Amino acid sequence: MSTPYIHWRIERDAQDLVWLVLDVADSRMNILSRSVLDEFSQILGLLDEDLPAGVAIASGKSKGFIAGADITEFTEIANAQQALEKIQTGHAVLAQLDGLLCPTIAVINGFCLGGGLELALACDYRIAQDDAGLRFSFPEVKLGIYPGYGGTVRTLRHVNPLAAMDLMLTGRSIDARRAKKIGLVDQIVPARQMENAARHILAHRPAKHKVAKHIALLNTRPARRLLAHQMRRQISKKALPEHYPAPYALVDHWCEHYGDEEQMLQHEASSVAELSMTATARNLVRTFMLSKKLKGFARHGSAPAAHVHVIGAGVMGGDIAAWCANKGLTVTLQDLREESLAKAKMRASQYFKRQLKNPRLVKRTLDRFIPDVRGHGLSKADIIIEAVFEDRDTKQDLLASIEPKVRKDALLATNTSSIEIEKLCDALTEPARLVGMHFFNPVTKMPLVEIVNGVQTRHEILQQAIDFSRQIDKLPLPVKSSPGFLVNRILTPYMVEAGLLREAGISAAEIDQAAIRFGMPMGPLELADTVGLDIGLHVAECLDAAYGFGVPESFRTMVQAGNLGRKSGQGFYKWKRGKKVSSRRRPSPKHTETIQNRLISRIVNEAVACLREEIVPDRDSLDAGIVFGTGFAPFRGGVMQYIDSRGAAEVLATLGSLQKQFGDRFQPDSGWHEVDMETVTPG
Amino acid sequence: MSQPAVYIIDGSRTPFLKAQGRPGPFQASDLAVACAKPLLLRQPFDPEELDDVIVGSVSPGPDEANIARVIALRLGCGHQVPAWTVQRNCASGMQAIDSACKNLALGNSELVLAGGTEAMSHSPVLYNRPMVNWLGELYRSRSAWQKVKAFTRIRPGFFVPVIALKKGLRDPVVGLSMGQTAENLVHRFRIPRDHMDHYAVQSHQRLHHAQENGYLEEIETIFDNEGRFWDHDNGVRPDSDAQKLAKLAPVFDRPYGTVTAGNSAQITDGAAWMVLASETAVKRYNLSPVGIIKAIHWAALDPAQMGLGPVHASAALLSEQQLELADIDYWEINEAFAGQVLACVTACQSDDYCKSELGLDKALGEIPHERLNVDGGAISVGHPVGASGTRIAHHLLNVLQRNHARFGIATLCIGGGQGGAVLVENIQ
Repeated sequence: MSTPYIHWRIERDAQDLVWLVLDVADSRMNILSRSVLDEFSQILGLLDEDLPAGVAIASGKSKGFIAGADITEFTEIANAQQALEKIQTGHAVLAQLDGLLCPTIAVINGFCLGGGLELALACDYRIAQDDAGLRFSFPEVKLGIYPGYGGTVRTLRHVNPLAAMDLMLTGRSIDARRAKKIGLVDQIVPARQMENAARHILAHRPAKHKVAKHIALLNTRPARRLLAHQMRRQISKKALPEHYPAPYALVDHWCEHYGDEEQMLQHEASSVAELSMTATARNLVRTFMLSKKLKGFARHGSAPAAHVHVIGAGVMGGDIAAWCANKGLTVTLQDLREESLAKAKMRASQYFKRQLKNPRLVKRTLDRFIPDVRGHGLSKADIIIEAVFEDRDTKQDLLASIEPKVRKDALLATNTSSIEIEKLCDALTEPARLVGMHFFNPVTKMPLVEIVNGVQTRHEILQQAIDFSRQIDKLPLPVKSSPGFLVNRILTPYMVEAGLLREAGISAAEIDQAAIRFGMPMGPLELADTVGLDIGLHVAECLDAAYGFGVPESFRTMVQAGNLGRKSGQGFYKWKRGKKVSSRRRPSPKHTETIQNRLISRIVNEAVACLREEIVPDRDSLDAGIVFGTGFAPFRGGVMQYIDSRGAAEVLATLGSLQKQFGDRFQPDSGWHEVDMETVTPG
Repeated sequence: MSQPAVYIIDGSRTPFLKAQGRPGPFQASDLAVACAKPLLLRQPFDPEELDDVIVGSVSPGPDEANIARVIALRLGCGHQVPAWTVQRNCASGMQAIDSACKNLALGNSELVLAGGTEAMSHSPVLYNRPMVNWLGELYRSRSAWQKVKAFTRIRPGFFVPVIALKKGLRDPVVGLSMGQTAENLVHRFRIPRDHMDHYAVQSHQRLHHAQENGYLEEIETIFDNEGRFWDHDNGVRPDSDAQKLAKLAPVFDRPYGTVTAGNSAQITDGAAWMVLASETAVKRYNLSPVGIIKAIHWAALDPAQMGLGPVHASAALLSEQQLELADIDYWEINEAFAGQVLACVTACQSDDYCKSELGLDKALGEIPHERLNVDGGAISVGHPVGASGTRIAHHLLNVLQRNHARFGIATLCIGGGQGGAVLVENIQ
């Protein structure tokens, strides 16, 4: 039957059940764009007039139910009024679905996120396909808002408030089992029984899932007050209200407006509209678009790699190997030191257990993770990643020795963090085949991979490295091969400055606290301790030679004394069993602004220098690299965005006064001439 | 009978891990997978290109039914490579090679992965029959009252477990444990206790020597998930000496016997593999064969004398191949028991035994001690029952190559009264 709709297929069967299949045109995923919602509204209107026995909503995509709202539409909203109108449209459509007088069911075959989950929650029933990869989440908070298509109201209908708020506050994704446990879905059903189950439920109309009476007590006013207080405390450990207002607003929303669904819906709309116009939300949407930009560097449909061979079973090599195995590749991990391989396998096994939980999947993944003492995998792999000690001679010797053994068509990558590709590729008879793939520590948490383009690197090779990064779900950032590439180059002066501040007598805790107050995920000195001061010093010295960043004397003396940070138990902080021993006393913030100015000015200045040298092609790439490679305040949308929002002239003036006070390490880079002094984005 | 040649391409095994009285870190399939991965990685063909995977295993875990298929799938052989499990007690790993050879000779397959695996430390502990009956009753009872009644009928004897390993090492027909059949041979050939202990000490010394000199190239390091790894047979006792062994009490015929834990094979976990190929496959994949499996022969005898199986199987193999005992350069006789190996050597030299039991006109001859189990055997290496047959055949080829020798026989005695022998030729 042909329908007048682009995105929806409708089929009314012999039992008078309507199958409503969403298959968004020209898209790999189902997204709730304006046109999808408009069609949906029309369809629901027609169904309301000619009521069927039941409605099942399913996805026409093989992977995934609905991925959520169309985020590009957010970028087109100019003011709070437009935002409110958009949200109200969504509210109205889902209210139509919610109000339909026949039973409705969401048949969820894959990921069900954000607006998609809100749509599913507006149905009477939800069944989830029994699939280990299926995920539910409300990622809105990561975009600076919270669920705005009635999701707050309808989640609390089915799910106890603690689990519901956790889901919406953290944006974390849960699997089908967890979703069933908290009442988000009614049943988990194997793929082959999904249709039967939907028919059976629509025909028999079992009681709808509700929050149990005794648990519903948590939604009473006094309980809400108490819980809200605790939630705010929890959130404040992760995010400051001035940086991330959305989670606090969500807690207030629940605490103040729970009870009357109609009123709560209205408040949800106005509150989310307001949040969506904050600088934080705009910058988080920008950050999301930056990740899409990086993903866009990869080609679609390039032949996926099956086997990756990693050389060097240190923390970096081992974690790259574990990451790849978890992404479905066969991995051989080569190292002569069996102790290192054993440790790497242990860490991999722990990681797989955490990620996969199901012991059968863990075993299957471990079977793909092959310790390879003698390097048999070298000649079979599609991709070889060298991750041995960061030393030019070591790497050169290794590359020279492996080149004759690897396949002619294999991708040969070096995971160097600061050595230029040109200084390594001489070792090869075919230098054009070497590309850098710089992963970040910890590999399992950091999404970025710098794809280092040597002068000699063949374009096709660079593209293969980018495609491979996407295959394993990393964000590829092509960078020019120069000392430190982008991320370490920008991070190093910042860490050097932190060392100088410490030498000036300011406590490590205060320095780090100031950086966190600015929006960094971790203070620079704690970061130095975590990375290892020996490694930090090595990078700092390399980059000092290239750019004259300076090396704080304290770094050298600490390394000489064996105080290497977390791994040795003593660095800028004391560490016990991998945990920082922090004093109870909070530092009294006396110098916050000075510290921030000094730390951030060095980042900003170096970023401008990188743009001038075209380390990355444009400012968006730079911001993407900084946000995904260092965790630089995502709510600020990147360094260049920060310069814009604070005003380039003001930032430059700060640099000038710091230069007068502290010397030429704050001398504004010549690239500032290119920066537009007038641009100050509102927000 | 001349048949198309079966080429040995390569092989590998795990270190053999002495059982520590509780389940070891690896299940039988884990062991097999761990040492097959590197073996397959260094081949010029992909695992999917194998025609067959054959595994000998005496008692795979309850979740490893047709363990060969479990292993093949875990190795990445894909859905389309058939795999099957064979069982001939202590010779299961040799049976796998034999089965592979037969299919290769018939042209049914060209490229086979054959081996054996056993995690003896994982051998199950079972409920006894009265307990199983009682559980059956409990599960049938519907009402709470019936259940209460069922609980009143529990008796302490229900909790006496059945150790499957002990049952497996006891001949159910003649009612003798394997150790007792060894005591039979010791008695028959008048083998003194100190000879047996001396033999056992030498087994450890030979293995230690081989380890020190890097002779055990076939071993692949294996890794568990707790940060540990194993790279050598850990049952070796280089410090063992005859005086220490002399102090051990007999374990099978108490208190008068002479077969002790010290002069018997160890209970061990381990796996071993061989890649076998036809001439066609050798050409297709440009393989470099290291040896040929010339022939395999099986023989059977009184279960109470099972330890002499190697004599019977080897005699038949030699006569079939028209070879003399002296033509054989090196021997591997699986060391189930020191007394049993010494009995085999004595029987070969005995005109009387060879005439009456083998129907020959004179003794087979002497197997020189310096050509027998030169790198130790099951007493020091261990005897994971499913794997030993593959291990000795493959290691024998290693010995032949090291000594630039041509022919070797690897042979085992088999619980239930059988012997198996394989003739291996070094072609390098």
